[in-house]
Amino acid sequence: MLNVFLARWQFGITTVYHFLFVPLTIGLIFLVAVMETLYVLSGNEDYKRMTKFWGKLFLINFAVGVVTGIMQEFQFGMNWSSYSRFVGDVFGPPLAIEALAAFFLESTFVGVWLFGWDKLSPKMHALAAWLVAIGVSLSAVWILAANAFMQEPVGYVLHNGRAEMNNFWALIGNYQLWVEFPHVWFGALSTGAFFVTGVSAWYLVRKRNLEVFTRSFQIGVMFALVGSVLTVVLGHEQAQHLMVAQPMKMAASEALWNTSAYHAPWSIFAVIDGAHHVNPVDIKIPYVLSILAYNHTYGAVPGMNQIQALYQTRYGPGNYIPLVWVIYWSFRVMVVAGTLMVLLALYGVILTLKNRVSQHTLYLKWMVFAIALPYIGHTTGWIMTEMGRQPWVVMGLLRTNLGVSPTVTSAMVWTTLLGFGLIYLVMGIVDVYLFIYFIRKGPDLGEDPSEMDAKRMSALS
Amino acid sequence: MTLNVVWFVLIATLFTGFFVLEGFDYGVGILIPWMGQTDEQRRLLVNTIGPFWDANEVWLITAGGAMFAAFPNWYATLFSGFYMALFLLLLALIVRGVAFEFRSKLASSRWRQTWDWLLFTSSLLPPLLWGVAVANFMKGVPIDGRMEYAGTFWDLLSPYTVLGGLSLVLLSTLHGALYLSLRTDDALQATARETARRIGVLTSLVLLAFVVMSYYNTDMFIKAGVDPGAVPVLAGMSLLAVPFFIHWKRDGWAFFMTTLTIIFSSITVFLDMFPRVMISSLNANWSLTIFNAASGPYSLRVMTIVALTVLPIVLVYQAWTYWVFRHRLRIGGHLDY
Ligand code: HDD
Ligand code: HEM
Ligand code: HEM
Repeated sequence: MLNVFLARWQFGITTVYHFLFVPLTIGLIFLVAVMETLYVLSGNEDYKRMTKFWGKLFLINFAVGVVTGIMQEFQFGMNWSSYSRFVGDVFGPPLAIEALAAFFLESTFVGVWLFGWDKLSPKMHALAAWLVAIGVSLSAVWILAANAFMQEPVGYVLHNGRAEMNNFWALIGNYQLWVEFPHVWFGALSTGAFFVTGVSAWYLVRKRNLEVFTRSFQIGVMFALVGSVLTVVLGHEQAQHLMVAQPMKMAASEALWNTSAYHAPWSIFAVIDGAHHVNPVDIKIPYVLSILAYNHTYGAVPGMNQIQALYQTRYGPGNYIPLVWVIYWSFRVMVVAGTLMVLLALYGVILTLKNRVSQHTLYLKWMVFAIALPYIGHTTGWIMTEMGRQPWVVMGLLRTNLGVSPTVTSAMVWTTLLGFGLIYLVMGIVDVYLFIYFIRKGPDLGEDPSEMDAKRMSALS
Repeated sequence: MTLNVVWFVLIATLFTGFFVLEGFDYGVGILIPWMGQTDEQRRLLVNTIGPFWDANEVWLITAGGAMFAAFPNWYATLFSGFYMALFLLLLALIVRGVAFEFRSKLASSRWRQTWDWLLFTSSLLPPLLWGVAVANFMKGVPIDGRMEYAGTFWDLLSPYTVLGGLSLVLLSTLHGALYLSLRTDDALQATARETARRIGVLTSLVLLAFVVMSYYNTDMFIKAGVDPGAVPVLAGMSLLAVPFFIHWKRDGWAFFMTTLTIIFSSITVFLDMFPRVMISSLNANWSLTIFNAASGPYSLRVMTIVALTVLPIVLVYQAWTYWVFRHRLRIGGHLDY
C-alpha cells in the first residue's frame, strides 16, 4: 500500500508541476504568434519588440515544460508498469502519436523560431511561431485523448486480461475528449492572456515602455476575456457530461450524500463529515445544481450513497466514494477562479474601450496578482478530475492500487520522489528568478541583453 | 504477425536516429569545457547545437512512446526494471534541457561555469547509461516467468556493460567533435579536428575490446557464427576510415563515417536481439519477444498507418532545418543562446 501511496504522490506532484508550465506555453506562444503576425502585416517595429520580449519569457517557460514532460513520458513504465501492461494497447498509441505528430513539430520549429531571426524571411519566421503554436495544441489533443480514455473508456475490448483497442475512431471521437480539450485549451489561452495582461499592467503602473505595454495590455485583456468566458462555458459542458459519465465524481464535487430534490440546489459552503456521510453545515443556492448538471432549473442529481450501492452491485464490494472534501473544495476554488477571471477581464475590456486603463492604477495592481488565477484553476481542475475518479485509475476497469509496478520497492520510489522533488524545486526557483530578472529588465536594452553581456565578458577576459 | 516485425524495425529506426542525432549533441556537450577556452568560445559551441538538440531528443521520446504503443510489456518491464538507471537518465535530461536555455541568460561567470559543468555531466551521463543498457540488452538480464525484472540496479553493472557505456560515450564524443569541425571555423575548427583525431584512436581500441568481449558475454557467437556478416564489419570499417578523412581535412566525410558507424552498430545490436526485445538470462523461454510483448494486431495496424504517414513529413522538415542552419558559427557573430 505504501508503494501505491508514494507512486500516487509522485504522479500527482510531477504532473501538477508539469501543468504549471504547459498552459503558459500553449497560451503564450499563441499570443506571440498573433503579435508577430501583426508585425509582419504592419511592419511596425513595436510589434517586433513585443514579439521578442514575450518570446524570451515563453522560451524560459518552455524549457521547464519540456524537461518535466520527458519525465512524464517515462513514469508510466517506472511506477505504473501493471497499468502500462493493462492499457498500453489503447493508451500507448495516443502517446506515440503525440510524440510523432506534435513533439517533433514543436521542438523543431521552436529551434527554427529562436535561431532563425536573421535566416528566414519575416513571413517564414512568423509561420514558425504558428507551427509551434499548432504543435503544442496538438500535443494537448493527444495527451488528453489518453486521459479521456482513463475517464471514460471507449473503443476497446477486454482480451487476454487487458484492454485492447478495437476502434481508433471511437478513441479519438470520445465525447469526454471533446469536452475536456476545449476547456483545457481555453484555460491555457487564459493563462497566457492573464500573464501578458498582468506583466503589462506592472509596466503601466510604473509608466515604463508605454508603447509596447499599452498594446500588449490591449491584446492580452481581449484574449483574457474570450479565453475565460469560454473556459467557464465549456466547464459547464463538462459538468453536464460528468452526469452521464462519472456521476460519482459529480456527487462528490457537491458533497451530495443522498439524491437531491427535483430542483437541485448548489452548495456554496459545506462542512463535510466524511465518516458519517453527512454535512453538519451546508449553505445552498436553489436551482443552481440542476442548471449546472442539466442546463435546466429542474432535474434531480444522484447522491453518493445511492451510487455507492449501485456500484457495489455492478463492480462488487468496495468503497467507490472518493475523498469528498478534496473534490468539493477543488471544484469550488476552480469555479471561483473562473468567475473572478471573467469579471476582471470584462472590467479590463470596458476600461480599454473607454481608454481609461492608465488612470485606474488599483485595477492594474490587481491584474498583476490575477496572473495566479488561471494557475489555481488548472491545478484544482486536475485535482478534481483525477482524484474524483478514485478508486479507479481507468474508470470501471482498473483500480489504482492494481496499477503499480510490482518490482519497485518503496525505498526506490522514495528516492525518485525526493530526487525529482528536489530538482523540480531548484529548477522552479531559478525559473522564477529569471522571469523576474527579464521582466524587470524590460524590452529596452537593445536586441538581446544576454549577448551584450557576453561581449562585455569576453572583453574582460 | 509481420506488423510485429515492422514495429521492431520502426523502433530500431527511432533508436538509431536518436543515437546518431543526439549522439553528436551529447558529444558537443561533453567537449564544451575542454574545447572552449573563453566564455564566448564555450557559448559558440553551445549554439552550434542550439537549434537541434530538442528535436533530437524527441527521437528518444518517440521511441519510448512507440515502445509503449507497440510493445507495452517491453516498455513496462524495461522502465520498471531499470528503474534507478532511468532515474539517473531523467535527472540528466532534466538538467541538460534547462542548461541550454539558462546558461547564457545571466552574465555572472560563476553562473555560466556552473551551467557548463552541469551541461558536461548531463551530456556524459546519458550515453554512458544507454551504453550500459545496450550491453545489458545483448547480454540478457534476469527476467522471471511473469515478465518482471528480478535483479537490482547493481546487477546491471559488470565490466562488460561498463565497457559498453564507455564505448558509446567515446563514439558520441568523436561524432560530436566531427560535427564541430563542420560548424565552426579557424582556431576552433582546428581544435575540433585535433580532438577528433586523438579520440578516434581511443574509440577504435575501446570499441574493438567491446566487440571481443561481446563474443564472450552474449549469444552473438552462437547466433551469427565466426563471421559476423556484413553489418558489423561495415561498422568497423567506417570507424577505421575516420582518421583518413580527418587527415585529408574532409570533415563532411569523416562525420558521415561516424554516422555510419553508429547506424551499423545499432543495426548489429537489434539484429542480435531479434526477435527478442528483452533477453532473459534466467530462462530463454521467459524472454520478451516481438510477439509476447506486443499490442494487438488492430493497434499495430493503426499505428503503422500513422507512423508511415507522419514520419516522412518529420524527416523532410528536420532535414530542412539542417539546411537552414548549415552555416559555420564565427567568433564575434550573433549568438542566440
Ligand atoms: C493539455 C496539454 C498537456 C498535458 C495534459 C500534458 N502535456 Fe506534456 N506537454 C504539453 C502539453 C501537455 C506541451 C504544451 O505541448 C509541452 C509543454 C512544453 C513543451 O515543449 O510542450 C509538453 C511537453 C511534454 C514533453 C516534452 C516534449 C519535448 O521534448 O518537446 C513530454 C514528453 C510530455 N509533455 C509528455 C506528457 C505526458 C506523458 C503527460 C501526461 C501525464 C503530459 N505531457 C501532460
Ligand atoms: C493528461 C495528463 C494528466 C494530468 C495533467 C493528470 C493530473 C493528475 C492530478 C492533478 C492528480 C491528482 C494528484 C494526486 O491525487 O496525487 C493525478 C493523480 C493520478 N493520476 Fe493523473 N493526470 C493525467 C493523466 C494521467 C495518466 C495518463 C495516468 C496514468 C497512469 C494518470 C494516473 C494517475 C494516478 C494513478 C493518480 C493518483 C491518484 C490519486 O492520487 O488520487 N493520470 N493526476
Ligand atoms: C465556472 C468555471 C468552471 C467550471 C464550471 C468548470 C468545470 C469543470 C469540470 C466539471 C471539470 C471536471 C471534468 C471531468 O472530471 O471530467 C473541470 C476540469 C478542469 N478544469 Fe474547469 N471549470 C471552470 C473553470 C476553470 C478554470 C478557470 C480553469 C483554468 C484556467 C479550469 C481548468 C480545468 C482543468 C485543467 C480541468 C481538468 C481537465 C479536464 O478534465 O478538463 N477550469 N472543470
